Amino acid sequence: MTGRRVEVGGAWIDRSRPIGFTFDGRELTGFEGDTLASALLANGIDVVCRSPILGRPRGIVSAGVEESSAFVEVSEPRFEPIVAATMVNLVDGLVATGRPGVGVLPFDPPPTTPTLHRHAHVEVLVVGSGEGWRPAVEEAAQRGDRVLLVEREPRLAAAGDGVTVLTNATALGLYDDGYAVVHERGPGRDTLWHVRAGRVILATGAHERPIAFADDDRPGVMLAGAVRTYLERFGVLPGERVVVFTTNASTDGLSDLLRQAGAEVAAEADVREGWAVAGTDGDPHVEAVHLVGPEGERRTVEADLVAVSGGWNPAAQLSRAIGGGLRYEEALATYVPDGTGPDWLEVVGTVAGVGLPPSAPYWYTPADDLSTHFVDLQRDQTVQDVLDAVEGGLRSVEHVKRATYIGTAIDQGRTSGVLAAEIVNAALGWELGAQGPTNARPPYVPVPFSVLAGMDRGPALLDPKRTTPIHGAHVESGAVFENVGQWLRPRYFPEDGEDLDAAVERECLAVRNAAGALDASTLGKIEVVGPDAAVFLDRMYTNRMSNLAVGSIRYGFMLGLDGMVLDDGVAMRLAEDRYLVTTTTGGAAAVLDRFEEWLQTEWPELRVVCTSVTEQWAVVAVGGPGARYVVTKIGTDLDLAAEAFPWMTWREGTVAGVPSRVCRVSFHGELSYELHVSSWHGRHVWDAVVAAGAVPYGTEAMHVLRAEKGYVIVGQETDGTVTPDDLGMGWIVNPSKGDFVGKRSLVRADTLRKDRKQLVALLPKDPTALVVEGAQLVRSADLPAPPVPMLGHVTSSYRSAILERTFALAMLKDGRAMRGGTVWATSGGHMIACEVTDPVVYDPEDGRRDG
Amino acid sequence: MLLVRCPWCGPRDEIEFRYGGQAGLTYPADPEALSDEEWADYLFMRDNPKGPFRERWFHTAGCRRWFNAVRDTGTHRFVATYRLDEEPPV
Repeated sequence: MTGRRVEVGGAWIDRSRPIGFTFDGRELTGFEGDTLASALLANGIDVVCRSPILGRPRGIVSAGVEESSAFVEVSEPRFEPIVAATMVNLVDGLVATGRPGVGVLPFDPPPTTPTLHRHAHVEVLVVGSGEGWRPAVEEAAQRGDRVLLVEREPRLAAAGDGVTVLTNATALGLYDDGYAVVHERGPGRDTLWHVRAGRVILATGAHERPIAFADDDRPGVMLAGAVRTYLERFGVLPGERVVVFTTNASTDGLSDLLRQAGAEVAAEADVREGWAVAGTDGDPHVEAVHLVGPEGERRTVEADLVAVSGGWNPAAQLSRAIGGGLRYEEALATYVPDGTGPDWLEVVGTVAGVGLPPSAPYWYTPADDLSTHFVDLQRDQTVQDVLDAVEGGLRSVEHVKRATYIGTAIDQGRTSGVLAAEIVNAALGWELGAQGPTNARPPYVPVPFSVLAGMDRGPALLDPKRTTPIHGAHVESGAVFENVGQWLRPRYFPEDGEDLDAAVERECLAVRNAAGALDASTLGKIEVVGPDAAVFLDRMYTNRMSNLAVGSIRYGFMLGLDGMVLDDGVAMRLAEDRYLVTTTTGGAAAVLDRFEEWLQTEWPELRVVCTSVTEQWAVVAVGGPGARYVVTKIGTDLDLAAEAFPWMTWREGTVAGVPSRVCRVSFHGELSYELHVSSWHGRHVWDAVVAAGAVPYGTEAMHVLRAEKGYVIVGQETDGTVTPDDLGMGWIVNPSKGDFVGKRSLVRADTLRKDRKQLVALLPKDPTALVVEGAQLVRSADLPAPPVPMLGHVTSSYRSAILERTFALAMLKDGRAMRGGTVWATSGGHMIACEVTDPVVYDPEDGRRDG
Repeated sequence: MLLVRCPWCGPRDEIEFRYGGQAGLTYPADPEALSDEEWADYLFMRDNPKGPFRERWFHTAGCRRWFNAVRDTGTHRFVATYRLDEEPPV
């Protein structure tokens, strides 16, 4: 093939605007309006790349999105690892290299194109500007409907008034209820459009189908319609001596057109007249074409271009992927939309099969050797490969696809799909159209991840970061943070180069021996208000909340309907008709949703309103034997004596000069005052308690301290399969109060099983050995042959500063009965012997909580 | 992405909603009167038809109201959405 630019044609190019570009290191020139493919042809370049598996030279087969042969990497002006040469608009300074069907990512990713995501709402979306879209659109535009037309090509004839047109814009997929995602490629910026349309009109046209023959992949074999396109749009004649190979009337007039452009037509092989192309010769491009006639007569002609048309396939991929069916249309020898599919989708014109030329059903030229009759060029798969798959027992084209990978390349089988299906049908002796081509899925064309990801916002992620009103103080004091749900919480506060262990040990001892301060503002807080608030909470929690006195606090569990622990927290009764309940940091939204669900769907008669107040309150938890001293020092009008202000009560007063709701609850067993103040005052109160001597501690120390007391963390000790009784907390369930969510499940046979996993503490016999969290527990250090019986798993494991030893919490089968016994934890390749004990390893008598 | 017609807010994108499973399952008046089998049936067993299905939706990122829908599970098409205090229209 020796393509060149000619004087005729070239409607899309501007011959006065030459454009310099580089291909495979060669500096070349094209014109504005060229694609890389047309410019390569104009420069006489016929071999664009090698095929991925067999390494055969490959040229340009098509002029569009169906390209299955010519693939390049573009390095300038914007990097694309693999793209069809027919899909690249030529721009000044473009640098491209042939790629064998597989892209290569550079070690240092090049900068990506900035991408905006935009939304559009229209009455009518038109995809493509193939035949048949105008009547519907003109009618809609006259009505005043918003009409958006997206066209993959860079240009479009006038669309008419009231129609918004996006060019260089490809619909990647159609989704439910008229939702479409469109990728618009711009010179400096891409846009990903999220379109919601009342009606989608699919006018994507049709793709020409090749015919398989020997060495049909040799550069110089091109789809006939592409030959016409290169001439008419780009003024490029892809060859000098042409063989036209056709099954249909779409090639009528092509020979004349070629002659006018200065080419010779060496032969016309029309299947309808019994003639076919049997094969090609040449190195690397086509030099001779072998023909076979109706009587089997053979002829060879010199030629450098074979223009092939095996019929036309409607480009119905977008319709099919959203449920539109296909039927075989015998006259057209192809599959057309069968009218099924979503009612908002209208398939019009060529893509509906309207106006397509009747075609003989001809898939490949018979031959003894079918091993170079390529069906899918990008996968290097031939007619013989398809027949081998059928011979191997495969019947469905879906299976043949997976055996041969036909249709799985970038072009998704646009040229090979019908061919492969009909070769399978024929090989099985089935009738034409017995089974159609495999489905293509979104995206319709490859799309860079950067486009889907959208605008680069730097290190900030889409998920918001939530910080407490005290966050600034933590940053100033050099805290190390961790993510808890969306919250950023201080994990520990290192001093003088301390590591995690040293900081946590110091922080734990401060709480046990003096006073610590924890920013507990992230606790979920929900106000439950209304005359029926008490009744409602009785039904949601395992224990009774209705007899809680105003001023008192109660710890409670919420269960799933299946009886498993879902969340925990305390309920404070603020007034007869008003409670504030706290939730786990990560569970706040889910608990509020759950309250809403039960109130709306099951108990609409209850007069209760739930409001999230998590961010309205900052919480500073002051804990330790010195807590009373600290709160006194920052100044309060409350009587802090244990008799006046006992455990599990709250009082309203002033602390550090600001109004506060002070709660006597503790997550570490020491004397504790949780100071709830308006968010505005959070920082002020925190600074005051720290100045008064409370040592800031983070979530890591909090975890150790609570574990020493056997306090569970929902989601750490529990995993959705744990009941209150499994945790040894049967006391929290009040069976006498009436029904509550999950109650019935607590007496299911499975929930009453004796060998359920139960919460225990483990004390490693070597007090310095730290068990790995998640470790499996087994009966002995000498493992029997697999399967080894697993007794349970470690849920939490820490070094206790106050006990000067390691310890762990675990869920252990029949664990309460095993107290005093020994289990072995598989830990980092070691086996650690552990004594099983009660889960409370520190101050089991609760002697410290009043200070 | 489905277009969900909230009975209170009108048509909105699916991402504003949470799916709530089969509709019409009423919490038993007296769960303790149920046998283990009956309770397990309420707790675990759900219809899974191909075709029209009554289901619950929650407009999480909107009006935060629960409502019911009849949706064809074969086509994903909503046949109707209706308030909790309304009878299924189909």
